[in-house]
Amino acid sequence: MIRISDLSYHHGRTQVLDQVSLTIPKGGITALVGANGAGKSTLLSLIARLTPLQTGSIHVGDLDVSRCPSDMLARNLSILPQNTEVAPRLTVRELVSFGRYPYHKGQPTSEDHTKIDAALQDFDLTPLADRVLDTLSGGQKQRAYVAMTYAQDTDYILLDEPLNNLDIAASRSLMQTLRHLSQEKGRTIVVVMHDLNYACAYADHLVALSNGKIRAEGHPSQVVTNGFLSSVFSTDAHVHHVDQVPVILV
Amino acid sequence: MTRKATGVFGLVALLLLMGVSLFVGVMNVSPKDLWHDPEAMRLMGISRLPRTLAAVIAGASLAVTGTIMQMLVRNRFVEPSTAGTGQGAAAGILIATLFFPAVPLFAKMSLAAICALISSFGFLAIVRRLPPTQPLLVPLVGMIYGGILGAGVVFVAYQADLLQYIDIWMNGEFSGVLKGRYELIWVAAAVAALSYLVADQFAIVGMGRVASISLGLNYRQVITIGLVAISIVTALTVVTVGMIPFVGLVVPNITSRLLGDNLRRTLPITALLGAVLVLASDILGRVLRYPFEIPVGTVFGVIGAVVFLWLLYARPGHAR
Ligand SMILES: Nc1ncnc2c1ncn2[C@@H]1O[C@H](COP(=O)(O)OP(=O)(O)O)[C@@H](O)[C@H]1O
Ligand SMILES: [Mg+2]
Repeated sequence: MIRISDLSYHHGRTQVLDQVSLTIPKGGITALVGANGAGKSTLLSLIARLTPLQTGSIHVGDLDVSRCPSDMLARNLSILPQNTEVAPRLTVRELVSFGRYPYHKGQPTSEDHTKIDAALQDFDLTPLADRVLDTLSGGQKQRAYVAMTYAQDTDYILLDEPLNNLDIAASRSLMQTLRHLSQEKGRTIVVVMHDLNYACAYADHLVALSNGKIRAEGHPSQVVTNGFLSSVFSTDAHVHHVDQVPVILV
Repeated sequence: MTRKATGVFGLVALLLLMGVSLFVGVMNVSPKDLWHDPEAMRLMGISRLPRTLAAVIAGASLAVTGTIMQMLVRNRFVEPSTAGTGQGAAAGILIATLFFPAVPLFAKMSLAAICALISSFGFLAIVRRLPPTQPLLVPLVGMIYGGILGAGVVFVAYQADLLQYIDIWMNGEFSGVLKGRYELIWVAAAVAALSYLVADQFAIVGMGRVASISLGLNYRQVITIGLVAISIVTALTVVTVGMIPFVGLVVPNITSRLLGDNLRRTLPITALLGAVLVLASDILGRVLRYPFEIPVGTVFGVIGAVVFLWLLYARPGHAR
């Protein structure tokens, strides 16, 4: 469970988050949606302490994010930021290996290597394992970054727009992997995404943010309605239903 | 070339060069002489061996600190000797020479390291304020920053009539290396070797602040450790043999192109390559205009540039 209370955040004069209080249930996939600039990335970076807290508090499980030691946080929570651009020349395998750093601290054990191989396997990266990142397509790179986060093997996983650059097969495969992680291993996964259809199809819980405030929260089939689209996204798209799952035709 | 092949090749080259280095110089000594000529043995112990070791250590540790600085700054085109660290070290020894001439060498060295550290932090603070979209500004600003500091040092030295020292500190040379006067450089070797223990942390810092924090690293602490290591090695090199520019720039770039940036695997190769290239430059400097010597920095500038250009135009070798 992630507990956020009275969280506010300013960038200079801009109020990015305004008194956000939110509980993200343990286990399952929570989709975080909202218009561009709504504050989604800021919220994730605050949870992962990439950005220092200004006001309010965040607890991840039993850990108080503002206090706990960084290596302990890194063994409990991993994050894939929105803009991943790694400058060093690394192969896919090397990149994924760094996901194990919080455990091996520089000396990977055989268990680390097993987890690295598994991460490569689960994201169809085995054939690309020895390729340098610069030589990969955007989608292949994105998969490598997700695999690195996955190799970190944490109970809480935050992903900021992981579907960027992914084709439909890779997107579905990623979402299915996430579903498997949440259902079989009880991981708590928070995903920022723009495609509401993916959110409706895979998420157990949906949180909508706009102008730094929570506008709606609940199961996607209850939250995603025509009224929701117009109030949160200011668009007049229509919601249809297929097998009770909301579907938006664009 | 794989890492193993590069390593073996480099090690063989280094051993051969070290052998050659022992028997090349103004005084002619052949391996046979060592058996019956005590003078030849003395020359070996006092001058040739220390000189050879100093070149190997300076080459290896400058290459390692160049790599570390490039990771900390996240820019491939900087090195301590052009971006203010070397000039800071020179300023430190100058201050020590001017105001505390009587203190022991170790104290002067420490002051040099402290000044090097301060000027490195200064450089990092400036880099932080540069727009990240303009990576080429970093080496340019570094050169300007180092240039200004260097000019200040030269000016003060000129006023104090200490210019000849500046020349010794800033233009590295191994001809003056003698037993009893170069041993501090072993500390530089130790620092460079120790930094291998935190190679992964430097590699992660090279991936950026966000990646570092999300992997549980204390970002600031790693940066401080890196700058301290760079400053100590630079100060020791400046004091014992003088600055050798470009080693810290060229060698890490060669390794990176050949083998990538996974420092845990590549840092030993970088050290080896630095040792080989600096020692080769020193030997060439001794034979090219025999019996006169060309300073190692000049020779390295040419060799390093040629190797680097060749690599730049050759296809990148790291994996596929
Ligand atoms: N470094 C920054 N300086 C000033 N404003 C920022 C900065 N980063 C983000 N913002 C502002 O904060 C708001 C929320 O940004 P963000 O959390 O990235 O939104 P989202 O991820 O929902 O698209 C935006 O209005 C953005 O302009
Ligand atoms: Mg965002």
